[in-house]
Amino acid sequence: MKRIYAIEQWCIDCKRCEVACKTFHSRSQNPVKAFNFEDAPDARVCVEGGKQLSLAVNCRHCADPKCVESCISGAMQKNPVTGVVTSDPEKCVGCRTCVSACPFGAVHIETVALKCDLCGDGHGEPGEPSCVKACPNRALIYVESEEC
Amino acid sequence: MLDYVLPRYKVLRDEDLCIQCGVCERSCANDVHKVDEDLGRVTADHAKCVNCQRCVVMCPTKALAIDKWPQVGNGTNNWTLAYMQDIAKQSQTGAVLLSSMGNPKPYPIYWDHLLLNASQVTNPSIDPLREPMETRVFLGGRPDVLKVNERTHAVESTLPPQIRLDVPVMFGAMSFGAISFNAQKALAMAATELGTFFNTGEGGLHKDLEQYGKNTIVQVASGRFGVDPHYLNAGAAIEIKIGQGAKPGIGGHLPGEKVNAEVSRTRMIPEGTDAISPAPHHDIYSIEDLRQLIFSLKEATRYTKPVAVKIAAVHNVAAIASGVARAGADIIVVDGFRGGTGAAPTRIRDNVGIPIELALAAVDQRLRDEGIRSTVSLVASGSIRSSADIVRAIALGADAVYIGSAALIALGCHQCQDCGSGKCNWGIATQRPELTRRLNPEIAAERVANLVRAWNHEIQEMIGGMGINSIDSLRGNRLMLRGVGLNEKELEILGVKYAGE
Repeated sequence: MKRIYAIEQWCIDCKRCEVACKTFHSRSQNPVKAFNFEDAPDARVCVEGGKQLSLAVNCRHCADPKCVESCISGAMQKNPVTGVVTSDPEKCVGCRTCVSACPFGAVHIETVALKCDLCGDGHGEPGEPSCVKACPNRALIYVESEEC
Repeated sequence: MLDYVLPRYKVLRDEDLCIQCGVCERSCANDVHKVDEDLGRVTADHAKCVNCQRCVVMCPTKALAIDKWPQVGNGTNNWTLAYMQDIAKQSQTGAVLLSSMGNPKPYPIYWDHLLLNASQVTNPSIDPLREPMETRVFLGGRPDVLKVNERTHAVESTLPPQIRLDVPVMFGAMSFGAISFNAQKALAMAATELGTFFNTGEGGLHKDLEQYGKNTIVQVASGRFGVDPHYLNAGAAIEIKIGQGAKPGIGGHLPGEKVNAEVSRTRMIPEGTDAISPAPHHDIYSIEDLRQLIFSLKEATRYTKPVAVKIAAVHNVAAIASGVARAGADIIVVDGFRGGTGAAPTRIRDNVGIPIELALAAVDQRLRDEGIRSTVSLVASGSIRSSADIVRAIALGADAVYIGSAALIALGCHQCQDCGSGKCNWGIATQRPELTRRLNPEIAAERVANLVRAWNHEIQEMIGGMGINSIDSLRGNRLMLRGVGLNEKELEILGVKYAGE
C-alpha cells in the first residue's frame, strides 16, 4: 500500500499540513470557515518539535496495528483491501485505549478517536493526501511501501 | 538615539481571510508576524519586514500582501525619501551602506531596446518541433588554423581543452557561504541534468558536491579560498575572477557569522573568521601577471581544462578583454553592472560599471577587429532575465551566458535585496540550519532545470523564426537585431541598425 512518510530533514515546522488536514476534515472544507466559524476538530497530523528539528507525525497505518488490536468497541479497523486504518465514529466510545496503545501518538480523542484516514480525493479514497499536497518542501511524501 | 529610519514596507493582512494558523509567524526569520492570543489576532512589526514575500506565498488562505510604507515624500525630485532614509541610516550608524542583488536604479536596459528578426517568404523560418535545432555550445580556446586530413576525415590540429554545453546557459558564480549548501547543490544537480555548468564562486567546492565535478567550473579569486590542486582538478574548467559586475574594483567580505564548520572546511579558513577577498589579486598588477596565473593554473591541471577570466564591465572593458585574451585565457566572462551580489556597498553597486549590452558589443567588436575573437569564447552575464535576453546576447557576440539572479528566482528568491543579513527566508542566502532546510535541493533543482529547459525551447523557437537552425549561426549575427529608441552613438556601439533600416 501507499503510505505517508515524514522526512524530518526537510520539515520546516510551518504546519501547513495541519491546516490542510483540519480543512479537509471540516464540514465546509474551506480553511476560513473551518478555523473561524465551524467548531472543526483538530488536525490529525501533528508537527512535533520546533524550529531546529521538527517532524510531522502521522498514523503509520501499521501492518499489525496496535490500535485495532486494543479497540474495545470494534470501531478501529484496518481495511483488508486498502490497508487503511480508520475509526468508525458511530462505534467509538472514546475510551482512549487506542491512544495509549499507539506507539507513534498518532491518535487523539475529541469525544471520539480521530486519526489520519489517508484522505485522497475523498475520505479513505485513493489519491494524494491533503497534508502531502500542502507540504512546501516534500517533507511529507506519499509513496508505495512494502508491508500492507 | 531616536531612530529616524522609517519602515520600508507595510504588511497588509486581510482579517476576513486570516485563520490565525501562525504559518506566517513560523515562516518569518525577521520576526515580523506574531499570533497575539490576548488580542485574538495576528500582529505585524512592519519595520522588520524586508518584503521577501515568503509569508505571502506560504499563507494557506492568501490573506497577506506587502505594500510600500505609506509615508509620502516631500515632493521634491532631489531629496527623495530614499536618499533621506539613507542619510538617516548613515547618521545613525556611521557605516557604509550595504545592499544585495543587482543595481536597481533606472538606468537604460538596452535589451528592451533591441528587437529580434524573423523570416518572411524569402528565407523560410524553421519549426524546431519538426527539424533539428542545435543549441549546443563549446567553450574554450580555438587553434589558429584547423588542419583536417581529408583522406581519413580526422582533425590533425591539437584542439585546446573545451567544455560542452547542451544549452547556452550556465549558472554564474555563487559561493558556498554566500549561498547555502542546498542552493549550490540544487544548481549542481540542475547543471548535471541539463548538460551545463555551475560555478563554485570563490568559496571552494564542498566535498559532497565533488560528484558533480564534470559539470563544475571552479573559481579562483583574490581570496584564494578553498584553492588547492585537488580543487583545481575537481572541476571541468577554472575561472579566475578579476571583477564582479555588481561591485567592480572592490573585493568581497563574508562575515564570520556565516563561516560555520562546513563553510570553514570548504574555504579552508578558521571557523567564525571573516572571509575577506581583497580588491585586487595581490599577485596580479598587469596582463603579464595575469598570464602567469593563467598558465600556473593550466600547469596545475596539465593543460586539460580551459581557463576563464571573469571581468566586470567597466569603461575600458574592450581593451582589457583584448589583454585578457592575449594573456592566454580560453574564455572571457564579462559581467555587467546589473549583475547580482550577496552584498556590496550600495554606492558601488548603484553607480559603478557599465551595461552588459554595450560592454559585450564593444568587446566582441574589439576582439574581431584585432583578429583574436576566434581564439577565445565570450560569456556574458549580469542580469539575463529571459530567453529573449539570451538570444540578444548571443546576437551581440556572446557564446553563452551565465544566469545567477534568474536561477535564484527559480529557487524562490524574491529579490528583496537582504542577502547580507543572513536571514534569507527562502533558505538561499543563509547558513542557518533552520533556514537552509527550507530549500529541498530536489525540488529546487527541478525548478531550475524546468526554467532552463523552457528557455531553451523558446530560444529554439526564436532562432527558428529567424531561419537559423544552430546557435552558432546566431553568434555575433547583429543583423538579427534592430534598435528602437536608441541614439546614433548607442547604435554604433551596439553595432545594430535602427528598426526600419
